[in-house]
Amino acid sequence: MTEEALLQVKKISKSFGGVMAVKDMSFEIARGEILGVIGPNGSGKTTLVNLITGFVKPDSGEVFFKNKKITGMQPHKIADRGVTRTFQVMRPYHSLPAFKNLIVPLNSPRIRRTRGGKLGDKDGVAIDILEEIGFERDAYVPYKIASSLPLGYLKRLELARCLALKPEVVICDEIFSGLSMSEISTMVPLIEKLQMEGMTIMMIEHRLRELFRLVNRVMVMNFGEKLAEGHPEEVMENKEVREAYLGTEAVPC
Amino acid sequence: MIAKERRKERLDRGIKIRTGGLYALTSWREMFYLLVPRVILIFGLLLSPFILEMYWQRVLCQAGIYALLALGFDFLAEYVGLVCLGGAFFVGSGAYISGLLNAKMGWAPFLTIPIATVAGAVVSTLVLLPCLRLRGIYFAIISFMFPLLTVYIIIALNIFGGTEGITALATFPNIWVDQYLILGAVIIALFVLRRLVTEDIGLILRSIKDNDQAVKASGISITSYKTKAVFIAALIGCFGGAYLSHLYGWVGISQFALDYSILPIAATVMGGMGTLVGPVIGAFILTPLSEALRGFGQMRVVVYCLILIGFIVYKPEGLMNVLQRKYHQFEHWEEV
Amino acid sequence: MNILIYGTVNSVIFALVAVGFTLVYGVSRLPNFAHGALYVLVGFLTWSLVNDFKLFYPLAILISLGISSILGALIYRLVLIRLRGMATSEIIASFAVGLIILEGLRLQGIGGFKGFIGPFYVLPSFIDSKIRITGVLLDAQRLIVILGGLAVVASIWLFTHYTKTGLSLRAIAQDEQAAMMLGIDSDRAAVISLSIGSALAGLAAVIILPLGNVTAEAGYRILINALAVCIIGGLGSWAGAVLASFVLGFSMIISTSLFGSVWESVVLVGAIILILIFRPSGLLGKQKELEERV
Repeated sequence: MTEEALLQVKKISKSFGGVMAVKDMSFEIARGEILGVIGPNGSGKTTLVNLITGFVKPDSGEVFFKNKKITGMQPHKIADRGVTRTFQVMRPYHSLPAFKNLIVPLNSPRIRRTRGGKLGDKDGVAIDILEEIGFERDAYVPYKIASSLPLGYLKRLELARCLALKPEVVICDEIFSGLSMSEISTMVPLIEKLQMEGMTIMMIEHRLRELFRLVNRVMVMNFGEKLAEGHPEEVMENKEVREAYLGTEAVPC
Repeated sequence: MIAKERRKERLDRGIKIRTGGLYALTSWREMFYLLVPRVILIFGLLLSPFILEMYWQRVLCQAGIYALLALGFDFLAEYVGLVCLGGAFFVGSGAYISGLLNAKMGWAPFLTIPIATVAGAVVSTLVLLPCLRLRGIYFAIISFMFPLLTVYIIIALNIFGGTEGITALATFPNIWVDQYLILGAVIIALFVLRRLVTEDIGLILRSIKDNDQAVKASGISITSYKTKAVFIAALIGCFGGAYLSHLYGWVGISQFALDYSILPIAATVMGGMGTLVGPVIGAFILTPLSEALRGFGQMRVVVYCLILIGFIVYKPEGLMNVLQRKYHQFEHWEEV
Repeated sequence: MNILIYGTVNSVIFALVAVGFTLVYGVSRLPNFAHGALYVLVGFLTWSLVNDFKLFYPLAILISLGISSILGALIYRLVLIRLRGMATSEIIASFAVGLIILEGLRLQGIGGFKGFIGPFYVLPSFIDSKIRITGVLLDAQRLIVILGGLAVVASIWLFTHYTKTGLSLRAIAQDEQAAMMLGIDSDRAAVISLSIGSALAGLAAVIILPLGNVTAEAGYRILINALAVCIIGGLGSWAGAVLASFVLGFSMIISTSLFGSVWESVVLVGAIILILIFRPSGLLGKQKELEERV
């Protein structure tokens, strides 16, 4: 695990009609790290993700990936470089089998480049990816119609959509939200496995207990600003952080 | 007293389930079930020239052009999410380019038609390109405006023959060529598009329609796929236009007429959006209908629009979907 | 000087025509393709009421305006309301309605209905005289256009900023869901906006049509002009529509005096394409491209 910063965000700001959603934020993520991002609702976490991945153009500031500027690039170009993200609200194909959802990323220029020419059996590759992520092939889960799958599988499907691109960075936007304890317990090893394989991950989460077990570093946001950064324990000792969370359910049920 | 409610229950017919996937090959009966509708369609189209008299054969040719436009519209609207209100632009540009090539350069139809098809599609796509990055409404507005604006420009600058158009173009040798050329084009276009939408490209286009954020996040450029889709639809429409110029031997501003924009839309809505076959059938129904109404002049457009609104409000799924449902499923009333 | 005056007249014409369309689109996201049709309809109705029924001119105007706003409301209630949310169907349906009206006005021979073709449908000017302004001879009607146009735009502005209904329309335009949570009924707002929009189309017609004659073809031209203004100014932006009207109005007058009036349509097309390439969301467009939806 090298110490070079893979993703650098420098003084990024964005306001929507007078409301400062993100204010002057700077931070770095090193290759192979898992960074957790926490903060009360409305603190600008999703906007931050949108800014990094190109869905929203920043008012000021820069984003660097592998030392190259990606600020304000189109989202598909940023994904093409290897920075992917999940969406909180997913709309998978309802009437199609689950694995068909991966056909789109498998047709992207990025995959065409890395696999060198024609991919051949994309369906097979899609099913393999799903199997690795925990869709049991024997139970024909990958073939099930997407709308019939429970939420835990759908969240993993969303993650699989990112992984199908063979990315270098995955930004997970509240991937544990809405899941039951048992579903989370199947996803946590998945994230650990990804990290062991060298993936760099940024996780936006509300479920602090599970998050703290996974991450080495945590960043706290409030009102669009970075409040604190560091090891989970130190950060939770921070007085300002506790104040920000006062009255907020830290671990939603 | 508890009122007994009835509801319609629909179940797939046994034979439909048995014909899923590879199982269709297991028996003649099942293969028949699948093939019969398609065969009826193809043979019906191909044999119709023999049973029609001269006047209606001409109508058939016109219907073919509308069918091509309806296919393009359905493809763009249902599979990509772009509502193209200006099919007339495709027809007009294809017609004018092939007409000009024939009149000024003397090239024969078998040259001008392919060239005009491609060139017209390129022009149409370029014109629509700037609005592909924007929300769907822009595409609808721009596609609506362009045929009309082109007419204004042609009249005002008196280019390309102005209001009279260009006449004395080469025509096809005989009526049989007329008909089979267009019918062949319709059938080919239909099957090519059907293949296309079941391939990965079709899936990507539908994803763009349903959830473009996810497609962008998957590293695919939406604009580039939309451009390809518009180009395909334009190819189909421009072929119709190029064919039209040699069908009657002249081109004029009437080829940018609203007819060519609206009738395909009405045919699509009536026939069933998304089915690709429905719009074709719709076109072959509406065109003779409009011919019968020819005596009423502009009333035709009113009728198309009334039919369109009627269908869109009351039976938005269109004829084809209803027919398919009846074919594949049986329904019965059930007491609840 | 000539150019300044006529440019202003032209610009105000564009603005008048576009204002109704912008209102409807801004509030209910419905592109009212029947806008041009309603414009022409009011023109013909007024003509008919004045000539065939011998009504007092202002009364005829009021009646036609009333009819057009009722028609607008009906269009929504009967057709569009069932299609809310289905974008493709909304566009197709409003397009179809507009065409029915426009082409219907061109009908002839059905049950003795003569149909409105031919150049003899002229609405009388309000005042029939010429005025001299800073050395330029100007019809009184054109002056009325400028004043009337400004009055309309100003009153719409006042309406949407100071009356309860107007404010609720603006609320829906800005954030439909928030407005609904506050109890503003989006369907009612749409009906109101569509009737006002139709009345505005009619108002534009009565102010502008006396300058020329009434034809059914004008319907398409008007619609295109309204659409062009909205695209160049930015769909849904008021200030943008006004700005765009002036940009278009002046550029067309300038090009006409320099190159002749045949290049008008070219200028229009050119302006649209330029905007789409360089500033797609319009001059003052606040609604950005797809990118902004998260």
